[in-house]
Amino acid sequence: MTSADMGKAKSSSLYAPRKAIYPKEVEGEFRRIKWGLLAFTLSVYYLLPFVRWDRGPSAPSQAVLVDFPHRRFYFFFIEIWPQEVYYLTGLLILAALVLFLMNALAGRVWCGYLCPQTVWTDLYLAAERWIEGDARERARKDAGPRSTKIWREKIAKHALWLAIAWWTGGAWVLYFADAPTLVYKLATFQPGISEAYIWIGILTFTTYMLAGHMREQVCLYMCPWPRIQAALTDEYALNVTYRYDRGEPRMSLKQASALRLAGAPAGDCVDCGQCVAVCPTGVDIRKGASLGCVQCGLCIDACDAVMAKIGRSARLIAYDTQMNCERRGKGEAPVYKPLRARTIIYAALILAIGALMTLRLATREDAALSVLHDRNPLAVTLKDGSIRNAYTIRFANMSAEPRRFLLETSGVEDAEVEIVGVEPDAEGRMIVGVGADQTRETRVLVTWRGARRAKGQTPILFTSKELESDASVTMRDVFVTP
Amino acid sequence: MSTRQAHSDAARIDPHSKTRTTGHEWDGIEELDTPLPRWWVITFYATILWSIGYFIAYPALPTLSGGTQGLIGWHSRASVARDMEQLSEIRGPVLERLANAPLEEIEARPQLLSAVRALGAAAFANNCAGCHGAGAQGAKGYPNLNDDDWLWGGKLADIRRTIEHGVRWDADKETRSETMPAFGRDGMLDAKQISIVADQLRAMAKLPGGKASAQGAKLFDDNCSVCHGVDGKGNHDMGAPNLTDALWLFGSDKETIASRIANGGGGVMPAWKDRLDEPTIKALTIYVHTLGGGE
Ligand code: SF4
Ligand code: SF4
Repeated sequence: MTSADMGKAKSSSLYAPRKAIYPKEVEGEFRRIKWGLLAFTLSVYYLLPFVRWDRGPSAPSQAVLVDFPHRRFYFFFIEIWPQEVYYLTGLLILAALVLFLMNALAGRVWCGYLCPQTVWTDLYLAAERWIEGDARERARKDAGPRSTKIWREKIAKHALWLAIAWWTGGAWVLYFADAPTLVYKLATFQPGISEAYIWIGILTFTTYMLAGHMREQVCLYMCPWPRIQAALTDEYALNVTYRYDRGEPRMSLKQASALRLAGAPAGDCVDCGQCVAVCPTGVDIRKGASLGCVQCGLCIDACDAVMAKIGRSARLIAYDTQMNCERRGKGEAPVYKPLRARTIIYAALILAIGALMTLRLATREDAALSVLHDRNPLAVTLKDGSIRNAYTIRFANMSAEPRRFLLETSGVEDAEVEIVGVEPDAEGRMIVGVGADQTRETRVLVTWRGARRAKGQTPILFTSKELESDASVTMRDVFVTP
Repeated sequence: MSTRQAHSDAARIDPHSKTRTTGHEWDGIEELDTPLPRWWVITFYATILWSIGYFIAYPALPTLSGGTQGLIGWHSRASVARDMEQLSEIRGPVLERLANAPLEEIEARPQLLSAVRALGAAAFANNCAGCHGAGAQGAKGYPNLNDDDWLWGGKLADIRRTIEHGVRWDADKETRSETMPAFGRDGMLDAKQISIVADQLRAMAKLPGGKASAQGAKLFDDNCSVCHGVDGKGNHDMGAPNLTDALWLFGSDKETIASRIANGGGGVMPAWKDRLDEPTIKALTIYVHTLGGGE
């Protein structure tokens, strides 16, 4: 440390203005993959609400629908009722595991290719380029005086951004109502859909701000993932890496060829700065792994183009590891180990949970029963000294036909079962009718007469048998003796 | 090894990051004074501005004579009133069906029944749970509404009448007013006789240790059977409990029974007719009736 460094610093401003980043357009393999994924994910997002799925007259015919008023979630052939939200929990666990697996294999690939922030920012950048020109042109325009033409371009850009944002918010609300009807209502300004307008407003604003104005700052300051992934990754995970073993010492092309002619070693990097110019987060990948790098691979494309021009082999920047750079530097062979304890465990967990969920879905009953024992009082003594327990039993008919269920109990011998509001039929059977796609809540009184039994709990089973098909669901509870 | 902490104004520029330091130093590790991103600072100030606007727009500051009223006329009471209005709008169709359905038919209509039970449960929690308990399980002196013992009758009409006019609630002319006489206090029976009757009652209810006697049977006939019936099975019209079953409102030990005979009286329940509206009383009636299945 020199004494000049020790000098007293001048006081600085409280805030750091954002350094504008002008990512340059680039072409290449990874850019093409990104375009493909962008087109795919956006079309899924915008078109999915319009996909129809016939479920008969008692349920909506939208393939993907979150139906809050009726508390149902529809996903193609799957219909999730509130008591089945564990499917969503399962999905979230699966999503987390897939993210972990991706991370163990190739770092933040999610960030670079599939994260909505990346996808929409890419879209916004494309719109910006289309109107205002590429990086250098935009930087020049922003630095120089504002002409009418530049103002017009700026206004056009923001209008286009807002239009995309509005379209984004508009598509969002279509997941919560019948899409064609809602589009018609929105287009004709029908009353009674103010909530939809509010949500469109919120999503328009956030999309415009996040993808238009905040961009890399979302990834750097707001997103927790870079912090988390740092704890999840290991030395074998592939990351976009500058192969310094091959690139250094960097020097101009002329110097390098002179050195090579003289038989001396020279690095491949010509210090052209293209990798930095195209980076959407303003990272210089040559400085090593960085929190700012979202693994989009665009610097690979940029550098590959340079390498092709100067006739050196591609992939001076590549999906590789720091460790391999070191090993190659020492003359050892690089190691690639996609199969490691953590990737195997993640993959096994994904398979297991996926299989479990598929199995649950495949063997799912379209009738359900829930039993809730009265908490207070747990048991009631009747006049003749016999004991009665009361239960709230809900029958769910998750099919498109009205059905009739027969309620039976076992476990407590000679129990007398009454359902409030349901008369037993001629044979003394208790039959509960439930409409299509509906539930019916009943109050069930179970009375145990006969000799006094010991204090405590006796298991009791409630079975609801579908009359026509004989399919049955059984729930377990207890009969309490005070 | 002790930590050396130093603080001085020797802030300087860190040569590696080109950022100013704060001058704080721990064991040679210094703290960078990295400035905040501008958007972050702007957001921070914007929230302060927003809070000022909020203070002006909404009732916020207490003053000597109440408080500032705000500019947009928002009031928590008005907001509650609006919510209540919305609620009754949502409940409207159910209340209408409830009003039009005869009491006896509601239980046979599944959808109406579950809506009415929900209404009744809420009304019960607000008005009745204080005495009868959250689950209507009752307590000493407060009947359990889940069992099959009904002092004043467990038919829908009986329950409704009890809710409307109360029990021994003098402010209501139609209240259920029959009261057990104080046989001891008023000198109709002496202590010995009371003890004999108590033994007799415990024998009639088949309680362990009960002692029936000829004198007890005679005393019962002369004094108790008018209301409780010759067989002691009680009488709904007079609220006279069945003395032969397993349920004892105030307890079944001899001392309690003797004290009840000596002092008479009974529980009091307020009349709800003037405090609850017609649909609520109807819903409560259904709710209570379905708790234990009524009579
Ligand atoms: S350093 Fe390369 S991979 Fe990382 S964000 Fe920048 S361009 Fe993308
Ligand atoms: S693009 Fe390649 S050659 Fe150019 S500076 Fe970056 S690493 Fe070096």
